[in-house]
Amino acid sequence: MVSYPKFIWRMCVLATEGNWLFYAWMIGLTAVALVGVNAWAVQVTEGMGVTNMSDHVSWGLYIANFTFMVGLAAGGVMMVIPAYLYHNDDMHDVVIIGELLAIAAIFMCIGFVVVDLGRPDRFWHMIPGIGKFHFPVSMLTWDVIVLNGYLLINLHICGYLLYNRYRGIAPNPRWYIPFVFISIAWAISIHTVTAFLYQGLGGRPFWNTALLAPRFLTSAFVSGPAFIILALEVIRYLSKYKVGDGAIKILVNIMRVTILINLLMLVSEVFTEFYTGGSHTASAKYLYFGLHGYNALVPWIWTSVGLTIIAAILLLSPKVTQKPVMLITACVFAFVGIWIEKGMGLIIPGFIPNTLHEIVEYLPNSLEWRVSAGIWAAGLIIYTLAIRVAMPIFSGEVSLEKDTHA
Amino acid sequence: MPEDNTKTTSGISRRTALKGVGATLGAAAFAKAIAPLTTWAKDQSVDEFLQNHYRELTPDQMKEVIARIEAETKEDYGADVTIKDSKAQAGVKFAYALNLSICVGCRKCAKACHVENNHDRATSNSYIRVLEMKKGSLDMAHGRADYSGPVPKSDSFYMPVQCQQCDAPPCVDVCPVEATWKEKDGIVAVDYNWCIGCRYCEAACPYHARRFNWSKPEIPAEEVNPVQGYLSNRIRPQGVMEKCTFCMHRTREGKMPACLEACPTGARVFGNILDPESEIRWVLENKRVFVLKEELGTKPSFYYFFDE
Repeated sequence: MVSYPKFIWRMCVLATEGNWLFYAWMIGLTAVALVGVNAWAVQVTEGMGVTNMSDHVSWGLYIANFTFMVGLAAGGVMMVIPAYLYHNDDMHDVVIIGELLAIAAIFMCIGFVVVDLGRPDRFWHMIPGIGKFHFPVSMLTWDVIVLNGYLLINLHICGYLLYNRYRGIAPNPRWYIPFVFISIAWAISIHTVTAFLYQGLGGRPFWNTALLAPRFLTSAFVSGPAFIILALEVIRYLSKYKVGDGAIKILVNIMRVTILINLLMLVSEVFTEFYTGGSHTASAKYLYFGLHGYNALVPWIWTSVGLTIIAAILLLSPKVTQKPVMLITACVFAFVGIWIEKGMGLIIPGFIPNTLHEIVEYLPNSLEWRVSAGIWAAGLIIYTLAIRVAMPIFSGEVSLEKDTHA
Repeated sequence: MPEDNTKTTSGISRRTALKGVGATLGAAAFAKAIAPLTTWAKDQSVDEFLQNHYRELTPDQMKEVIARIEAETKEDYGADVTIKDSKAQAGVKFAYALNLSICVGCRKCAKACHVENNHDRATSNSYIRVLEMKKGSLDMAHGRADYSGPVPKSDSFYMPVQCQQCDAPPCVDVCPVEATWKEKDGIVAVDYNWCIGCRYCEAACPYHARRFNWSKPEIPAEEVNPVQGYLSNRIRPQGVMEKCTFCMHRTREGKMPACLEACPTGARVFGNILDPESEIRWVLENKRVFVLKEELGTKPSFYYFFDE
C-alpha cells in the first residue's frame, strides 16, 4: 500500500526526470517565469503606475488574459463531455489531458487576478470568515467560488484516477463519475459567471449584452479543443505515447461547429451595434474602424477576425485530419484569434471611450508583457509536469508494482 | 539512461548532483527576482496588515489607527496632520445640484478639489471633470474634457461631473470585499485600508467618478491640507481606490464642500434634502432638475438644472 501523500511525493520526484529536451524546455520556462516574477515585484513596489493602465482604461492585458484563460479552463472539459456523456472510448485515454489543462489554466487565472490587484497583500480580505466576502451581490465573489471549486473538482478527478491507476486498482465509479458530471456543469458556470462580471455593468454598453456569456462559452469550446489538439500533437511527436486519431477527429468535429457558431454570434453582435447606431456603438466603432482618429485596436481585431475565418475554412476541409500541418495551422490560428477576441478585443473597448465619452487609448507596455509571459510560462510548467507524470502512469510504464520491484 | 547508474565517488549519481545544482541556482535566481519587494516590505506594518474593516473597528482601535496614520504621514510627508472620523448625523441626507446655465467652465471647482483632498501633485488629479458641451445636445459624446482657451465659449455650456453619490450605486454592489459602502447620510465611502485594488468599482461606475492610486501620491509638506477625514481627504495609500466624498470632513462639520466654496458663479447648491428649509430642497422643488444617465437606474443624489 502507498498513501496518497506518499504517492504525491513520488510523482514530484518523477516530475524532475526527463531527457535533455525536457530539461531545456523547463529551464527556458523557468527563466521566463522568473522574469515575470521580477517585473511583478517591481510593480508591487512602485505601484501599478508602471503599467500603461490608467483611470480611463483601468483593466488591461492582465484581465484580458484572465478572461481568455477562464475559457481555456472551461474548454479543457470538452474532452470530458464526449468521453462520459457519449461513452466514446477513444476519448477515455486522453480525457486526463483536458482535465490537467483545466487545472493549469485555473492556476493561470488566479495568477492574472493576483497581479492585477493593487494590494495583493490584502488578499485575505476576501476569505469568508476572516475577511468580508460580499456574496452574493458581487459577481466577483461568485467567480472566486466557481474558479476555486472547479480547481478542486479537477484536482480530485485527476488525482483519484492517477492514484488508482498507479496502484493498479480499478477506480470506483462512485468516487469520480459524479464529479465528472459536476465538472461538466461547473465548466459552463465558470465562463458564464466570468461573462456576468462584465455583462452586468450598465455603464459599459459594449459589455452590456446578453450575448456575452453564450459567446464566451462558444469561443471557449474553440480555444480549449485547439490547445488540446496541439498538446496531443506535441505528445505524439516528442514521446512514445500513442495518441489515437479518434480523439483528434472528435475534437476537430467539435471545433467545426463551435467556430462557426462563434462567427455567427460575432456577425449578430456587429449587426446590432452598427445597424442601430447611436452613441452606444462608439466602442464597437473604435474597435473595428477607429474613432476620431484613434485606432490602436483596429489591427488587433482584424487579425483576430482573419485568423478565425482562415481557421474555420481549414477546419471545414475534409483533409484537415490527415494533414498535420494543416491541422496545427488551424488550431494555432483559432487559438490566437480567440485569445485576441476574448482578451484585448473584449476588455479594452469596454473602456474606450470612457463613461464620459473621453478617448484615452491603451496598449500594454513591456512590464505588462513580461508579467503576463511569466504567468503563461508558470502555467506551462504546471501543465508540462502534470502531463509528464500522468502519461507514463496511464500507459502503465510507471506503477506501484514496478516501483516496488525496482 | 546510462548516466543514471554512473556513481560519483561520494555515491551520488551525476544526475542527482546536477539537479541539486539546478535547484540551488533556481532558488538564487528566484531570490534575485523578488528582490525589489524588500523595499516595499520595509514600508509595510503588521498593524496595517492586520487592521480590521472600518465598520468593525472599536472606538479604541480607531484611536490607535488614527494615531498610527498621523505618525506615518509625518514620517512620509513631513506634515503634521489631524485626522478625524466624523460620523453621519441623524436626519441628514446630502444632495447636490448644479446650475448649468451659469457654470462658466473655469474649472476652479476641480482645482479646489485637488488642493482640499490632498491629491497627487504630479498627475493634477481631481474628483471633478468638467465637460465642455455643445449647446443643443446633452449627449456626452458631443462634449470634451480636454478643452482649452478662454471660457465660456458662446456655443458651449459646461457640465462638471463628479461622484453622483447614487442611492443604487453599482460600485458598491460589485466590490468583492465590501470596501465601499453607502453611509447613512448618502455618501458612498471607501475604506482605504480595506480595499484590495481590483478596480471592479472603477469599471462599474457609469460616471467616471472613481480614481485609483496608481502610485504613492506625492505632495510637498507645505501643501498638505492638515485638516483630514478618515474616510475622505487623508492621503491615500498606493494601490487603493478613492472618490469624491462630498468633502465629508467639511460637510459633516457643518461646512460646504470645497468645490462649492470655490465656484465664482454660485452654480453649485449643496445641502440636506431632509431639511424643508434648505436651499437644495427649494431647487429640487422649483427647478426642472435632471440626473445623468437616469436610464441606468443608479438614482443619483446629484442634480443638474437650467435656469431658463
